[in-house]
Amino acid sequence: MGLMGRRVLVTGADTFWGGRVIQALEEEPTIDVILGLGEHDPSVPFERAEFVRADQTYSILHRLVRATAVDTIIHTFLVSDSTTVSSRALHEINVIGTMNLLAAAGAEGSKVSSLVVKSSTKIYGANERDPYFFTEENRRSTSAHTMVERSLIEAESLIDDFAQDHPEIAVATLRFANVLGGGLRTPITRNLSRPLCPTLLGFDPQLQFVEATDVVRSLEHAVKRDLRGTYNVAGRGRIPWSEVVKLAGARPLPIPAVHHKLLMRPFQAAGIYEMPDELADLLRFGRGVDTSKIEATGFRYRATSAGAVQSFTEQLRLDRSAGRSPTTYRYEHDVEQFFRHSPAVVDRR
Amino acid sequence: MEESRQVDERQLSRNLVPLPMVVEDEGLPDPRQGDVDEWGRSERVRSFIRTVYEPMYSKWFRVEWEHFDRIPAEGGGLLVANHAGAVPSDAPVIMHGIESRLGRPVYGMADYFFRTVPFIGTMWSRSGGVAARPENAERLLGEQGQLALVFPEGSKGPSKSFSERYHLRRFGRGGFVEIAMRSGTPVIPLAVVGSEEAMPVLFKVPALAKLLGTPYFPVTANLLAMGPLGIVMPFPAKIKISVLEPITFDVEPGLERYPRSLVLEQADRVRELIQEQVFEMLRSRRSIWWG
Repeated sequence: MGLMGRRVLVTGADTFWGGRVIQALEEEPTIDVILGLGEHDPSVPFERAEFVRADQTYSILHRLVRATAVDTIIHTFLVSDSTTVSSRALHEINVIGTMNLLAAAGAEGSKVSSLVVKSSTKIYGANERDPYFFTEENRRSTSAHTMVERSLIEAESLIDDFAQDHPEIAVATLRFANVLGGGLRTPITRNLSRPLCPTLLGFDPQLQFVEATDVVRSLEHAVKRDLRGTYNVAGRGRIPWSEVVKLAGARPLPIPAVHHKLLMRPFQAAGIYEMPDELADLLRFGRGVDTSKIEATGFRYRATSAGAVQSFTEQLRLDRSAGRSPTTYRYEHDVEQFFRHSPAVVDRR
Repeated sequence: MEESRQVDERQLSRNLVPLPMVVEDEGLPDPRQGDVDEWGRSERVRSFIRTVYEPMYSKWFRVEWEHFDRIPAEGGGLLVANHAGAVPSDAPVIMHGIESRLGRPVYGMADYFFRTVPFIGTMWSRSGGVAARPENAERLLGEQGQLALVFPEGSKGPSKSFSERYHLRRFGRGGFVEIAMRSGTPVIPLAVVGSEEAMPVLFKVPALAKLLGTPYFPVTANLLAMGPLGIVMPFPAKIKISVLEPITFDVEPGLERYPRSLVLEQADRVRELIQEQVFEMLRSRRSIWWG
């Protein structure tokens, strides 16, 4: 049904992804209303989106959904990087937050007709028994042993149940491969940005990446097309980790796989490297997903897996030469409100 | 005719096998540096291995093929063979033979156990090894029209002792038949003779296998005769490979499930055909070493 006249709510507006999605939606003049929901101040400026503050678990969502009559929710606030928050917060955000979101979207008087969720291919895990290309129907080979994987599984099962209970709402879950580019910071980008990048000795797994703009574009695509069901999103091709390290201009630092936890600990404590369990599994067995399902809906990628690595490398070189661009933006509630609502403002764009 | 084939085979093995185009190219820039494909196979590594393995293939085993022309020069095909010898020579011999003659890659499906072993697992993958998962085989055969080599006996084949030589084990649960049916590719049965004598298993030490975490731990005649070298060095038995008539199953491809009874029946049929051909070849074999 396209974007004409839509009233869109974006969760995690204070995070990297929420901010990027809102900025992309602001480019679409036919969208009626854009609401951003977040716990902290947004880190990027919004032109016309309204920002609403909420706690981690979104307890005010119920009122908000009814009061604003939003018809579309983009749920970008599923945390898939376990190094950014405590495991308790991870559960609160991914499971309880999603639960409240779904309760609000399905409540009586809700106008929500479309829900798009940003999930991760981490949900498949990484194991020697895996198929080389997971399809959306494949189950993971072993039970999840990391907190982030468990919470994503739980969140997705809540979403599945919701989709079954509410056939009138188009629910799409997009599972993204590891993202590179666009100034995003993850354990992988941190390790790759060092002159020596950790690898597991004797292992050279094949990985898939997705470029940051393709993440935003595919979420937008899912909204525009009212997609239903689960979709893998990953750039074409699988690349050996050794080649990724080379493309990023780093040299490999091989760590014996059996003792990697012990050996990595001082580096992690010093903030040089990150090696959460889910990354250690990935650097041993790699992961690939089949992306034909989302391509069949008409989505076209801007970058392959190697293209995503390239985009990351270029950003890295720029940062090294010109320095990381300082964050000049600071969210001021009164100022934003003035520009949006004061009768004195003539041109609101 | 066999002579002339061997000549251009040697020439071919020095050239790179061209990699098939897998997905339609939409002109996206793909700044790759290596040549490792999505299965982990590297043509450069394969080409190096072919150069090194060539004397083993033509001088040591003096490999001879029968009905080689039954192997398709293009399009998917599921190669099904009997599996033997503690460290089986059949897989590298079949892959080497087809790659150097036809100039197309062969992916060897094997136990996922290899993926857990550092260095060896990576080498195995770069040289064309793929974990034997039905999803992998179906993507290789159906979507990409490649050749995949499977040993339905699994590790039960190479771990059987010398007294049971050339008696094929159960063909698993017939998974390979289902793969061929679903992907709509023909099964090409191969009967291999000579691989049993290349590395005969005298007895097995299950306790050591458990300790090392390997599927089996055999004590081979090679180990006794050559010491540690015997772990990798086979005896120079003459290897003969006979390609049987390709089998296409008369079912609709792409179905979720096929009747269990049909799958098992067909798996048994392929096993019988290979077993019969192996006995036939043994009947006409005069010498283990000279064929």
